[in-house]
Amino acid sequence: MQPLLMRFLLLLGLSLCLLTARAEPLRATPVPPPAPLAAALASLLGDDPDARSQAVLDLALSPDVRARTVLQALREDGLFVFNTQALLLTGEQWVSAQSGQVVPVPADAAAPPEQVTVNNRLRGDVVKALALGDLRSPDVAVRRAAATELSSEPPIPFAARMALAAQAESDAETAQILRRAAAQALLASPDAGVRLQALATLAGSGEPSIAALIRPLTTSAEPDAAVREAARHALTDIQQRLFWGDLLDRLFTGLSLGSILLLAALGLAITYGVMGVINMAHGEFLMIGAYGAYAMQGLFQQHAPGLQAWYLAAALPVGFLAAALTGVVLERLVVRHLYGRPLETLLATWGLSLILIQAARALFGPQNVSVANPFWMSGSLILTPSLVLPWNRLLIIAFAVAVLALTWGLMQRTRLGLYVRAVTQNRPMAACVGVATQRIDTLAFALGAGIAGLGGVALSQISNVGPEMGQGYIVDSFMVVVLGGVGQLAGAVLAALGLGVATKLLEGWTGAVIAKILVLVFVIVFIQKRPQGLFAQRGRHADA
Amino acid sequence: MKPVSLRPSWMFAPAAPAAAVAANDPASGGRHGSAGAAGAAGDAVGSHYAGRDVDTSHQVILYLDGISVSFDGFKALNQLSLSIDVGELRCIIGPNGAGKTTMMDVITGKTRPDTGTAFFGQTFDLTRMSEAKIASSGIGRKFQKPTVFEHHTAFENLELAMRAPRSPWATLFARRQDSATADRIAATLERIRLGRDADRPAGLLSHGQKQWLEIGMLLMQEPRLLLLDEPVAGMTDDETERTAELFLSLAGEHSLVVVEHDMAFIAALGGKVTVLHEGAVLAEGPLADVQSDERVIEVYLGR
Amino acid sequence: MQTPDPVPAAGMAANAPPSTIGLPQVRSPMVALTLPFLLALFLVPALHLLTSPDSALHLSDFFLTLVGKILCYAVVAVAMDLIWGFGGILSLGHGLFFALGGYSFGMYLMRQIGRDGSYHADLPDFMVFLDWKELPWFWQGTDQFLWAVVLAVAVPAAVAAAFGFFAFRSRIRGVYFSIITQALVYAAMLLFFRNETGFGGNNGFTDFKRILGFSITSPVTRSVLFVLSGLLLLAALHLTFWLTRSRFGRVLAAVRDAETRVMFLGYRPEDYKLAAWVISAMLCGLAGALYVPQVGIINPGEMSPANSIEIAIWVAVGGRGTLIGPVLGAFVVNLAKTYCTSHFPDYWLFLLGALFVAVTLYLPEGLMGLRARLASRATPQQGGSRRASDTHRSRT
Repeated sequence: MQPLLMRFLLLLGLSLCLLTARAEPLRATPVPPPAPLAAALASLLGDDPDARSQAVLDLALSPDVRARTVLQALREDGLFVFNTQALLLTGEQWVSAQSGQVVPVPADAAAPPEQVTVNNRLRGDVVKALALGDLRSPDVAVRRAAATELSSEPPIPFAARMALAAQAESDAETAQILRRAAAQALLASPDAGVRLQALATLAGSGEPSIAALIRPLTTSAEPDAAVREAARHALTDIQQRLFWGDLLDRLFTGLSLGSILLLAALGLAITYGVMGVINMAHGEFLMIGAYGAYAMQGLFQQHAPGLQAWYLAAALPVGFLAAALTGVVLERLVVRHLYGRPLETLLATWGLSLILIQAARALFGPQNVSVANPFWMSGSLILTPSLVLPWNRLLIIAFAVAVLALTWGLMQRTRLGLYVRAVTQNRPMAACVGVATQRIDTLAFALGAGIAGLGGVALSQISNVGPEMGQGYIVDSFMVVVLGGVGQLAGAVLAALGLGVATKLLEGWTGAVIAKILVLVFVIVFIQKRPQGLFAQRGRHADA
Repeated sequence: MKPVSLRPSWMFAPAAPAAAVAANDPASGGRHGSAGAAGAAGDAVGSHYAGRDVDTSHQVILYLDGISVSFDGFKALNQLSLSIDVGELRCIIGPNGAGKTTMMDVITGKTRPDTGTAFFGQTFDLTRMSEAKIASSGIGRKFQKPTVFEHHTAFENLELAMRAPRSPWATLFARRQDSATADRIAATLERIRLGRDADRPAGLLSHGQKQWLEIGMLLMQEPRLLLLDEPVAGMTDDETERTAELFLSLAGEHSLVVVEHDMAFIAALGGKVTVLHEGAVLAEGPLADVQSDERVIEVYLGR
Repeated sequence: MQTPDPVPAAGMAANAPPSTIGLPQVRSPMVALTLPFLLALFLVPALHLLTSPDSALHLSDFFLTLVGKILCYAVVAVAMDLIWGFGGILSLGHGLFFALGGYSFGMYLMRQIGRDGSYHADLPDFMVFLDWKELPWFWQGTDQFLWAVVLAVAVPAAVAAAFGFFAFRSRIRGVYFSIITQALVYAAMLLFFRNETGFGGNNGFTDFKRILGFSITSPVTRSVLFVLSGLLLLAALHLTFWLTRSRFGRVLAAVRDAETRVMFLGYRPEDYKLAAWVISAMLCGLAGALYVPQVGIINPGEMSPANSIEIAIWVAVGGRGTLIGPVLGAFVVNLAKTYCTSHFPDYWLFLLGALFVAVTLYLPEGLMGLRARLASRATPQQGGSRRASDTHRSRT
């Protein structure tokens, strides 16, 4: 609750400030109140480009409902001048822009109504003016588009209206854009006092875009020394807040990546532990799960559109079973016959992955397909302006935890789990005490594949679904298994989260490619220091 | 038990009695060694191939003191101290998990002890040398499970084991064979009774033959100290008997440490016996003494 | 603690190829093969150059380039065989060394373009496009042919040595090593995709004009490159033959079969692996340097993990641990690839995938093994060597 409260107070402060900021220039320099429609129209028909521009802005701020009609007409080049009167063409009739009354225009008039020219500059103003009006739209998409439009070079007089709109705005992102736009407008004000006051408010912000707005004010481009000083302070404040926000954000994306890695690696850890072979087609189980989600989405769309939002509930078992069944087939047909030949298993399973990828291409086409987030997975949880947590990522972390708990339960509390652990530790001994090791192999492989399938369903919610989506995961999953130690769930968890977070932190620092290389180097060094992984037990080393 | 048939050969064993006497006070003999060795250890690491440099001026070839190794809390070795004299044939027995193989791992550099000192001769600090270095300085090890190069012939197995420069460069330009080495290999093949199998791939040999081939490889290494982990496991009685004869003929020239479970075999070897239990020395002495030791009976023979 | 066997579940014997192939065949086949090979090597360009395009004996441009390309691949296959077949180390990243050699020589070819590029500038086109003002330091001297050749060998060797030094010292082996080599080549690919790396990013190097002043597209230049590729292959085969026949080769095979035993005999297995690894990388680098002028392009796609793993299948198809096998495999697989990708492209990946599976399952000794098996069926005495290999297949 704390951050929400903080955000509210911040907002309140900002808007109050903005209000006073607007009141102040009223007192200081007597800017005329929004001119009545007539005056604005008169300016529009004139030749002075500044005055015309000002007129458009005035129209935007005018409470008069006809002002908006005029603006729309301007946008569509539908404003005409006839005998110094502004006319609109409504159907077949000429209507006065000011009064809304029909104006007779003789068909044989010497000078017919002439179109009011709108040059590019003016058109820009018109679009912005209309956008200001759109901020009141009930449609969030329209509001967001309007806010985005206003965010580039927002007209100074719009500052107060934008700040108010931001306060009333229910959509977080739109509100954020508006706040930024309002601040930008104020900071561009010719009045140093207004700029100072705006800075005082903005210093509390934690948004990177605002920092970018303030930065020019710290340079010599800003004529007023006091403003420069205030800007410097504000910038330091914001940057500090940004740093922490950024760090938290990276930690979160790291966790999110880690949870995906975990879903991908859990299955691999089990199969590698049990059979000692790395299945290069493991990533393709992710792909199968993701296409399972895609297929379910299509099925629901066609047969149960009312339940569309819940297609994921069906996708989970489908993804699991599809991957697990594929796993059983692969294990029975190929992997089983290669036990004791781990290197050749790498090659054979790579071949299998090629076949699966090409099969996906044949079935679903070579292009990526889109899997939509249901409503309850879209949007974000906003903790602070700089820490925005997308719901889909949050839910996937929770999902990974659930899958982990289930797997752990399966391993620790069931007979299958007991057998799997037994075979992992000592295959011949397990066989001696009557464990049907071959069946355990198949089941473990199916389980590992199924978990990857679940991972694929989760992955479909945050990334593209395509035939090759699984390819990138085999190396990363393997790193997780290596770091965690074979057959160690706790190790896999720690390794997955650690790798995820480390990758994201490094990426912020060095860029993605170097981060990847650094992680690789780290893993090599790590294997040297702790060849058995984080958690595996040391033991007397068997001969040869 | 067929000690009778073996008696004639071990009676000719040259080194065992003298060694047993000299080793009575292993601690004093060894301590001198370690004091003098600390400084020299650094030099020893320099050369790649230093077999003849073992300094055994105190008549001690191997000296372990206070060695402890633990694996995640389990103490595999617990303050183990042991000393082997030059030319001695020592048998190590102990129940499973007593630390026999871990001890060999420490000596050959496979496992680093948590604490303690391990010296080969006066100068080689075994805790600081790599496996390859230790091997080329004169310690040969036979594994519990026979390990030979199955795709190479018996002859080539011995050729690879033969004392010669060990660097890739040297082997790249090594002459295939000269008659002297061929003769030596042939002699060793005869000694391990594989003369007729010289050109067969080692993978095709019987289990017992592989054991012998591995022993032959150790001999080609010309080590000063041989560590033999259950050398007669899986051998027929006849082969066991011949192995005992072979070992007895080696003692004196080489020092041998034999880990075995086969009591008849140990009796046949006749050297001093060390009993390990829970990672430490429980008892030491001639087999008969050890066998009558109350504690040994309790922990080991009693089982 | 010094005993990392990072592959606890995978015994060492499992890395061994499944036949008695530690020891290469006797010298006679090498000598016997050299002459016909040389004849063919000069016959192909002769038929290309000296016959008219209408003649039935004429060999086309396409044919010359295709075979020349495969000759380079065959060198890579031999290099792979040296470390995998004889050393038991499966690299899934050998494409890196091939590409590094190709890029090294590609730098020279780019410099040879001179001012004939589309920007008519001194710098290679992509640098002009990136608005670079001068050559990066590592491009210095690349206008010298000899320096480029040195780079094509030295760069792969240096990268292999650095990586191998740490990996082998860390006793990373088996599956661990394979996967890490794949990660390595993948990381390198990402690096070369970046424009900042200075190797043309996505597009890599292309549009070469000449080599040592000769037009790169002229039939004579192509023929010379073709012959050079064949000679390189011949040299690689002889080198591998000599290496594996020496005591070095026997130690290497011993490392493959029982690394711990080798170590306790006093050898340092890591030195042997490193030596073989670096030699293998150098061969790949040379092959890459000859490959690039023949196909006229090098880009980061050469470093894709899929390309590297395909090298392994050439060797597996032909028969690893043999000398001729990898060459045979490189030709069979690549000719099939060329045929399939032009006639039914949608099925090539199915076929390649099936090839991976089928060879590992049913033909572990490759085509050479098949030949040996057929031969031994005629004379059933050979059963012995089969048994030796079976003892190696013990499950862990």
